[in-house]
Formats: sequence, structure tokens, C-alpha cells
Amino acid sequence: MIPEIGNLALVLCLILSLVQIVVPIAGAQRGNAAWMAMARPTARAQFFLVALAFACLVFSMLTSDFSVKYVAMTSSRLLPIQYKVAAVWGGHEGSILLWLLMLTFWMTAVSVFSKALPEAMVARVLGVMGFVSLGFLLFILLTSNPFERLIPAALDGQDLNPLLQDPGMVAHPPMLYMGYVGFSVAFAFAIAALIGGDLDAAWARWSRPWTTVAWTFLTIGICLGSAWAYYTLGWGGWWFWDPVENASFMPWLMGTALMHSLAVTEKRGGFKVWTVLLAIFAFSLSLLGTFLVRSGVLTSVHAFASDPRRGVFILIFLVVVIGGSLGLFAWRAPKVGLGGKFKLVSRESMLLGNNVLFAAAAGSVLLGTLYPLFLDALGLGKISVGPPYFDTVFVPLMAPALFLMGVGPITRWKEASLPELRVRLQWAAGVSVLAGLAITAIKGNFSVFVAFGLALAAWIVITAGVNLWGRVRPVPGNTVSLTKRLGSQSRSYYGMLFAHLGVAAFVIGITMVKGYEVERDVQMDLGDTVAIGPYTFRFNGVTEGMGPNYRYQRGSVDVLSNGQVTRTMSPEKRTYLVQKNPMTNAAIDTGLVRDLYVSLGESVGPTSWTVRVYYKPFIDWIWMGCLMMAFGGVLAISDSRYRIEQRKAARSVLVSDASLVGAVGGGAVK
Amino acid sequence: MKPRSKRLFWIVGGIAGLALVVGLVLNAFRSNLVFFFTPSQIADKEAPVGRAFRVGGMVVNGSLQRHGTDVHFVVTDTVKTVPVRYTGILPDLFKEGKGVVAEGQLDAAGEFHASQVLAKHDENYMPPEAAEALKKGRAVNDRLSKSLVTDNGGRAQ
Repeated sequence: MIPEIGNLALVLCLILSLVQIVVPIAGAQRGNAAWMAMARPTARAQFFLVALAFACLVFSMLTSDFSVKYVAMTSSRLLPIQYKVAAVWGGHEGSILLWLLMLTFWMTAVSVFSKALPEAMVARVLGVMGFVSLGFLLFILLTSNPFERLIPAALDGQDLNPLLQDPGMVAHPPMLYMGYVGFSVAFAFAIAALIGGDLDAAWARWSRPWTTVAWTFLTIGICLGSAWAYYTLGWGGWWFWDPVENASFMPWLMGTALMHSLAVTEKRGGFKVWTVLLAIFAFSLSLLGTFLVRSGVLTSVHAFASDPRRGVFILIFLVVVIGGSLGLFAWRAPKVGLGGKFKLVSRESMLLGNNVLFAAAAGSVLLGTLYPLFLDALGLGKISVGPPYFDTVFVPLMAPALFLMGVGPITRWKEASLPELRVRLQWAAGVSVLAGLAITAIKGNFSVFVAFGLALAAWIVITAGVNLWGRVRPVPGNTVSLTKRLGSQSRSYYGMLFAHLGVAAFVIGITMVKGYEVERDVQMDLGDTVAIGPYTFRFNGVTEGMGPNYRYQRGSVDVLSNGQVTRTMSPEKRTYLVQKNPMTNAAIDTGLVRDLYVSLGESVGPTSWTVRVYYKPFIDWIWMGCLMMAFGGVLAISDSRYRIEQRKAARSVLVSDASLVGAVGGGAVK
Repeated sequence: MKPRSKRLFWIVGGIAGLALVVGLVLNAFRSNLVFFFTPSQIADKEAPVGRAFRVGGMVVNGSLQRHGTDVHFVVTDTVKTVPVRYTGILPDLFKEGKGVVAEGQLDAAGEFHASQVLAKHDENYMPPEAAEALKKGRAVNDRLSKSLVTDNGGRAQ
């Protein structure tokens, strides 16, 4: 009964999405205020219906209703309750439903926080989002229905993949999807602007916070995924350039470019066409990412052959969305105009450089991810593109971007003077290079890679300091105190600084791990020791026991420094009862400047095991850097200028409804 | 600079930059492609010596030998076999009689030195390369057994 209610809710939602596409957009074209006003209620009703469907699936999961095929495939009786909830998005069908839930959530958010926007714009934005929602509803109802029944019902489910039974994995997909789907707002704004034909600084100001929110969620999502891989997969890596990871990284790169391009559009009215294009690409890559990961095409392109409906639907949908929006772009973009002029040395050109580098990076990831799939689909043989390709491409693409990151924020808009920049930055450059060399020298083993990476990180930190000091330094005749001047800088400015410092932390993390990590795979018997730097690891054997839905073998490894046991680490090997898959749970001792990482390999004798003993300097800085970037995003969104706009809008709504209708008419005529 | 020559400068600079990036990416791409070969192709000397590639198939039952973290095993596509050597800890799902993919280089003696051994998340799931190798291998076996039948038939007549 409950699953049928969920199904019914989705069907009703499908009808609503059709209404939401047709009526408001037609209203906006014809200047009909009543039709345009349909956008908000339909968006909210869609959210309600999808939330209802989602709740039905959660209910079926929690009650272990194995007559629902999806529940039988992703859950089991013994699965702990928090993972039963996580199992809702643990498989293909449920995760697409989660995607849809997020989409309707974003639609509702737009309908609430858009009082300052012209009604015609709101109508078009929600209409475009309604179209995306229609696509996903059709996809769910036609090819991936999570409410499909299994007759006869299974006695027990096949359980959630043990790799996903982890707190990090509970949060990772929702965060990632919030990011993916968040770009649909920027996309809808771009398409709405193309349809409406007016794209100005106000447009950029509206779509900017949405993009930043989406980017923040995506950053956190990727960060969680990377941290999860580090402690769950049991071999100490944090990024593998796996297609699944690339699928989330491409929209991130494009979204980063979009965020910076929007800054130019808002402040200077420039890059309009380019911004619109980036918005289209960022969302297209989000769609591609969702489908790449969830359609099974990565496991085998021949999965499409076993269920061609899914593959064909996805291809058609991608063609309609990407082809349609690019077609609209080609048709309407000439009307948008290029925006303000700028000189070769200016903040605009630095940001353009950033944009091109990020777009090129996204393109190179796309090539490395899709090319093997194409070859395989065409029957031209199997190849793989591994980490060496991405490493070779990324260092030369990102190094100039990191350099620009130091210069750009200090450079003036429109036209800057090169000699002035040189004066302001020569010290920073010198100190950065010295810092890079000095730290590698202290470490003992010199490496060009490490010196270069650390110099770039130092460059970002020092130029951020120069930037801030330039804004707040005491000027003769100005008596405002330093703290006051610090306080008067905008939150979005601090957000930018903080995010850039996050990048510096990230670069330090990567550089130190790549440069100085120690990985030992050793065979250890009772009492055997292995030494890495100042740490000695002693193996004390393995004990066995039972967890809630798995059996475990738990090792005990003492860490000694100066002959004293400072801590005991307990890596585990788990065998889950239903799926029988062995799982390695590493024991990690986290520290600010180093992680100690121990995981069990296999039993090779009565009491002896192979053991991974790793020393990972500064690895947590990688994720700390990501979180700092995300926090920078949060700061930028909380900037007062966005809130003032909301308040102003709220007041104008209160003043009179008649004036609103007048404004609506005006907006639609434009 | 005149506006027109400046625009030209921008365009030429942009194209040069783009060409540089594309060249860099494609070059890195070409030199880092990892091709895949089946044990039969290796036996036929189709695989390169001294360049990394992937081999896939099934781990032969009883072929696994360990000396500490040095591991030897044999991979087959049911027609031909290739000996593999690896130093390190094998993935959780590595098992005799199951699918496996190894990446590494072939030495002059015909032994494969794996730098990485892959066995994927799910034990019911066969790595695509391994599945491909076994499929091809079986096709060869089928053809062989058929031609044997026809040979026998010929002799009987």
C-alpha cells in the first residue's frame, strides 16, 4: 500500500511538472501575471509530492518490506537502522529519487528567496527547473522505479554493500547531490536569461549566491568521498582518478570557473556570454556525472545492452538538455552582448585566465574519463587511463592558476599597472621561493616538486596577507582603528580570502604526502616490529568476534616512541554475513602534521599476517583545505548585500500588491 | 597599440595558449594510455615488452604462492596462461578461481611484473577486462573443440 502511494505521488508530480513548464513560461512570454504566478505553488507542490514519495521509500526501508524490489536489493533485516536510511540512496533507483527530491527542494528554495526578482524571471527559472524535474520523473517512472514490487517477496534482502555501511557514506551522496542539483539553479537562471533576452549585473547578482551554495555543497561532498576512500578502502589513498570520482570533479572544476566568471559579470558586467556558457556546462557535467555513476555504464558499457531503455533514455535526455541549451545559446547569445572592456593587465584578464585553465582541466578530465568508454562501446578494444595521465596534465594546468590566485585579487579591475603590481608582490614572490626551498632543506631530502608546491602554497598565503594589509593598513589622516577597518571588510571578501587559504592548505597537504609519505607492506608475526621515522610499530596478533551484521578479526598494533607504548591501534578485517564480502577497516591515528595508518592484509601463517603500515605527513590538510574552501563559500553567501536585497524585497511586498503587479507587467515586457 | 592590432594580439595569444594546452593534454594522454591484453595475446607476442599494460583473466586454482609479501600467481583466459609476480598486499577480493586484472610490465622471460592488482568491490562482479579475456578464451576453446569434432568426423568417414 505505502509503495503505491509513493508511486502515485510521483505520477501526480509528473503532471504538475508539465504544468510548471508550460504555464509560467508562456505567461512570461505573454506578460500574463496570473500564469506566471502559477510557478511558485506548482514548485512547492512538487516538493511536497516528491518528499511524500521519498518518505514512502524510507518507510518501506525501515519496515524491511522485501516485497519492494529495491528494498530487497539494498537492505537486509540485520542492517543497523541508520544504514537502512542510507540504503534509500544506496542504489540506482533510490539515488535518482534523492536527486529529484533535492531538485524540488531547490525549486522551493528559489520560490521562497526570489521576492526581489522580476516575476517573469522567476516564472522562467522555475519553468526550466520544471523541465529538468520532468526528465527525472520520466526516467524514474519509465526505467528506474524504486517502488517496483517483487512477487513473491524475498525472505531477506541482499544487504547494503558493506563499503557503503559507513557514516561518511551516509552523508556523502546527499551532499554531492545538493551540489550537482544546485547547479541546476544557475543553469535555469542562464536559460531564463537567454529566453528573456536580458542579462545584466542584477542577473549575475541573483545567480551568484545560488552557484556559491551549490559549489559549497559539492566541495563538502567530494571532500567526504575522498576521506571515505582513505579510511574505508584500506590502502591509504585519498584520490584515485577513478571515473566515479572524476564524475563529481568535472562539475566542481566547471563550477569553480563559473563562480569566478559570475564575479566579473556582477562587478563589471563582463564575460556575460562566457558565464552563461559555463553555467550550461557546469549543469551538463552534473547530469553526466549522475548518470555515469548510477547507470552502470562504468561497470560495463554492455550493461546498457542488458537494459537498453535506461541507456537510451539517458542519452536522449542529455542530448535534449545539452543540445537544446547550446542551441538556444547559439541563437540568443549574440543579443546578450559582451559587456565591459578591459586591458591585458587587469583583474578581468586574470579571472579569464583562471576560467580558461579550469575549463581546460575539466575538459582533460572529461577526455580521460569518456574516451575509454567510447572505445569500448564502439568495440575498438579496452584501454584505461590511469593516474599518471591526470597527474601530468594537472600540475601544469593548476600551477599557473595558483600563481594567478595570488596576483588576481590584488590587481585592479579594468586596467592595472604592471610596475605597481611588481612593487607590491616582489617581496611576496621572494619570500615564497625561499620558504619552499627552506622547508625542503630542513626536511633533508630535497625535491623540486616539494619545493615548488610549498612555494606556491606560501605564495597564496603571503599574497592574501598583502591583499588584506593593503586594504586595512593605517593611512595618514585616517583615524579609524585597525579592528574597525578589519570589521568593515565585507564577508564575501573574507570568504574569498578564506577559500584561497584553503587551497593553500590543500596544496601543502598534497605536496607533503606525495613528497614524504612512507608506505610499508610487511609480514608480521607476534611481537615483530617495524620502524618508520621516530615510530616503531609492534604487532600483537589478531582476535576474532562478532559485530551487528558481520564477523571481525581485530588486530592489535602498539605504537612505540622512545621505547614507550604511546597508543594501540586496532585495524579490522570484516566479513559481512549476507554479502560475504571481506572488508578492511584501517586504524588511523590522526594528527595535525601526520597520520599513522595501519591496516590488515591477509593471514599468511598461524599467527602471522601481512600488514600495511603507513606514515602520511600532513594528509589531513587536504580535507581541512577543502573544508576551508567550503567555509569560504558559506562566508560569501552570508554577505550582507544579499540579505539587504531580501529585506528590501520583503518590504516592497508588504507595501502594496498593486505595485507588485505593475512591476510584473514591466518585467514581462522587457 | 591600435585597437585592431590589440584585438589581433588577443586572438593570436588565445589560440596559441589553447593550442599549447591541447597539445599538452593530448601528449600526456597518448603516453599514458594503458592498453589491455589477454593471456593469449601475450602468448602470441602481441603485448609490448617494457611498456605498462593490463592483463586480465582468472587466477588459476592452486597457483598462488606467497613468500612474505612477495606473491606469485598464474592468470589464464582458459586457453593460455601468464605467470604474474607482485610485491605487496593483494586486494580483499583476490581469490583463486576468480577474476583479476593486473597492471604492470612484461619482462624478457615472459613473466608479468604487476605494479597493481585490481579486484573490484563485489564478489559476484567480474572486472570487465577479466570477463572479456575469458569470453575470448572460451570462444577459442569452442572453435577448437568443434574443429576436433569435424576432424574426427572426417577420419570416421
